[in-house]
Amino acid sequence: MFALAMGLAVASVGHAAPAPQAAPATTTAATAPAAAATDPMLEMDGAPRMLPVAGVGQPTPGEWHLQAQATATGERALKFHDYILFPVITVISLFVLALLLIVIARFRRAANPVPSKTAHNTVLEIAWTLIPVIILAAIAAPSIGLLQAQYKAPPANAVTLKAIGNQWYWTYEYPGNGGIELTSNMLKEKGEVSGKDRARTDEDGPRLLATDQRVVLPVGVPIRLITTSNDVIHSWSIPAFWVKLDAVPGRLNETSFTIDKEGVYFGVCSELCGARHGYMPITVEAVSPAVFAAWVKAKGGTMPGSAPAPAIAPAADNGAAAANAAGPVENATAAAPVTNQAATANPAGAGNTGQ
Amino acid sequence: MTDTAISSHAFEAHHDHAHHDADHKPGFFARWFMSTNHKDIGTLYLIFAIFAGIVGGAISGLMRAELMHPGIQYLGYWYELLHGKGTADEANHLWNVLITAHGLIMVFFMVMPAMIGGFGNWFVPLMIGAPDMAFPRMNNISFWLLVPSMILLFSSPLFGGAGTGWTVYAPLSTQEAGPSTDMAILALHLAGASSILGAINFITTIFNMRAPGMTLHKMPLFVWSVLVTAFLLLLALPVLAAAITMLLTDRNFGTTFFDPRGGGDPILYQHLFWFFGHPEVYIMILPGFGMVSQVIATFSKKPVFGYLGMAYAMVAIGVVGFIVWAHHMFTTGLSVNTKMYFTAATMVIAVPTGIKIFSWIATMWGGSLSFKTPMVWALGFIFMFTVGGVTGVVLANGGVDDNMQDTYYVVAHFHYVLSLGAVFSLFAGFYYWFPKMSGRMYNELLGQLHFWVFFIGVNVMFFPMHFLGLQGMQRRVPDYADALAKWNGVASVGYMIMAVGMIIFFVNLFWSLFAGKKAEDNPWGEGATTLEWTLSSPPPYHQFETLPRID
Repeated sequence: MFALAMGLAVASVGHAAPAPQAAPATTTAATAPAAAATDPMLEMDGAPRMLPVAGVGQPTPGEWHLQAQATATGERALKFHDYILFPVITVISLFVLALLLIVIARFRRAANPVPSKTAHNTVLEIAWTLIPVIILAAIAAPSIGLLQAQYKAPPANAVTLKAIGNQWYWTYEYPGNGGIELTSNMLKEKGEVSGKDRARTDEDGPRLLATDQRVVLPVGVPIRLITTSNDVIHSWSIPAFWVKLDAVPGRLNETSFTIDKEGVYFGVCSELCGARHGYMPITVEAVSPAVFAAWVKAKGGTMPGSAPAPAIAPAADNGAAAANAAGPVENATAAAPVTNQAATANPAGAGNTGQ
Repeated sequence: MTDTAISSHAFEAHHDHAHHDADHKPGFFARWFMSTNHKDIGTLYLIFAIFAGIVGGAISGLMRAELMHPGIQYLGYWYELLHGKGTADEANHLWNVLITAHGLIMVFFMVMPAMIGGFGNWFVPLMIGAPDMAFPRMNNISFWLLVPSMILLFSSPLFGGAGTGWTVYAPLSTQEAGPSTDMAILALHLAGASSILGAINFITTIFNMRAPGMTLHKMPLFVWSVLVTAFLLLLALPVLAAAITMLLTDRNFGTTFFDPRGGGDPILYQHLFWFFGHPEVYIMILPGFGMVSQVIATFSKKPVFGYLGMAYAMVAIGVVGFIVWAHHMFTTGLSVNTKMYFTAATMVIAVPTGIKIFSWIATMWGGSLSFKTPMVWALGFIFMFTVGGVTGVVLANGGVDDNMQDTYYVVAHFHYVLSLGAVFSLFAGFYYWFPKMSGRMYNELLGQLHFWVFFIGVNVMFFPMHFLGLQGMQRRVPDYADALAKWNGVASVGYMIMAVGMIIFFVNLFWSLFAGKKAEDNPWGEGATTLEWTLSSPPPYHQFETLPRID
């Protein structure tokens, strides 16, 4: 509980009061590109700066309801479920239950020894055909509207995120931002990790949901999500965004959404993809556009419209592992390396296949 | 029609010219292994289904044991029992083998053989006043195809195991190494061939062998339900056969039907699979509708309310069931127009389903109800199927399904319509017809106890799965985030309660078979009006040698 409370506090102030070494991260992209070596998403010791918050973007113990939504379409779908679908299905179920109980009480053999022989009632039969039709039409109208709202072609300023499924990890590309590439593996527990891999801490997120490399996305900016796969079908999903899109080999699927609130959001691969299907989570860190721009710069990428970054190969990066490998002190004091060199130790696509 | 019946009687008679006794039975081997008698074949199907149900149910017990607490507790140990020491990945693969086996066994070896092969074989000829099925020898091969099919599937885990899910999606299924997946695919081929032959047999029997005066609109609703089901089988299974044949050639002969590297399309497989798979779910529930209709009418002492509406509601469900398949694929990247169509079409199915629910209640309305065991199962069926049906209406909305696709909400939904719907109707039918089939009464107290324990167990097991799904727990995983521990624990307790219910069932079954009191021809009284109750319990080995006349 204490850790979570701390998490709340840190998450709210994290970007406003960064450690001195990381200062450029919070200023706009126009300043101090040289200091971009420090990942603005990480504390000096390599731990994630934005901490997950209980009840946001992750399941809640004992909860029976949908997760709180962080996108407008998610909010709309949640309202549709909560205010139309859920009441309607509850009322129908209770109505049928009530009819059954009435029938059981009134027409039990002791109460009604002589059965009627009524086997037709045209009015009744028309009624229980037409009334469901009306109810379903009333559900279908907002449902079709929701589908339309979910399918909005993203505008020109949208940030494009390409999520690529692999057995069993995700790789990400930001095609509009100078080809940033990320590899995102599930963080293992203490005692399960091997070699120099970092074990999960509560700052990373819950067990089975935390990843070593979060997907960073800006809030308030439309996101174009493109999914595909290198092997079998996977499915990229974040319940708090109301987004689930299959990653199919040989095919690019597209959807769009806009995140409203900063925070860390967790999801899981949602299509059976082999042995470690349950072990390829998705973590999205939603930050302000300014922080996003700084992060892009730190990764050696570019924001559309700005000058291209110094010619850098795609920053195939595994931030957390990189920070770990380089050591916190070195990372904090390094004299402006142009990219996160340690990343080469974990090239994009390698993942944890060997484990 | 009459001619057919007479000539088939002549065929049966020439076995033994010395005896024209209707109750002369062949020797053990000839009777049970070369059977041409629909009642014997029905019994074989029921035994087969009960055996498969025990295996499939035990597998779900393994799964609920593993899922009771977060973390991996038993998988590695089970893997070791099966194959010796293995890696974590191999143990996780075993999980996928378990979920695949559970799904395939319950669908193809439990529900379908019990409903269509078991009760369909037993009671369609009896209810239409026919001496046997139209093609008795084909009936025999239908059953015996299932045996090698089951052997293939049951032995596949010894060769690594098929861990693809019952949907066998490409390219996971085309890339999986080892012979197990091929064995599972061949098992599906055999089971499919068995079902197609069975469907042809039922359609022919129902169209050609009804007793004089038994018009289509006088047939009992159970016969209607089997007729519609047989058409669904006949039209849907060839599509499955084609799809899995393409899987087989993709796996073994270098074709690329579902491999984009050769111009194929993994989504094509899903379209083909669900073109079969959606009618398949109605195949599993329609005979249950039929059985529930018979039971409700019998124990209300009233004819079924709105008979024609009930019959044609099933036809409508069957027809519409063929044009809604892509609601299983809302997250695969369908276009928005396609999603809108499948959302709307799926909702349409709720209308005939609603007609059936309300007609059952109207059948009881004004009736004189007795709450014998079959009736309490039928009442439980109506409520549980309603609960499963309304969550189906939620899932039908393509925009809402984005969040629930492939979560435990879907698992809860289809277990409410199948494990609580189809299985409740199976128990209703089993208790209803047990006296007719065995000649002995079941124990009423144990039957009631079985119902209540099972009813509580399955609800405790499956209702919390809605919560898990809404919180985002995905299907087909052996471990889950710690926040989901509570409802998973509750669900596993539900399994234990359900298992106690099943023990009561088996005690009742064996006690009644050997020590139950003799059943009258019609133990249910005046409410039971269909032809099987005019025969002795159990019926003679050959019935209706003189065709009954229905007026």
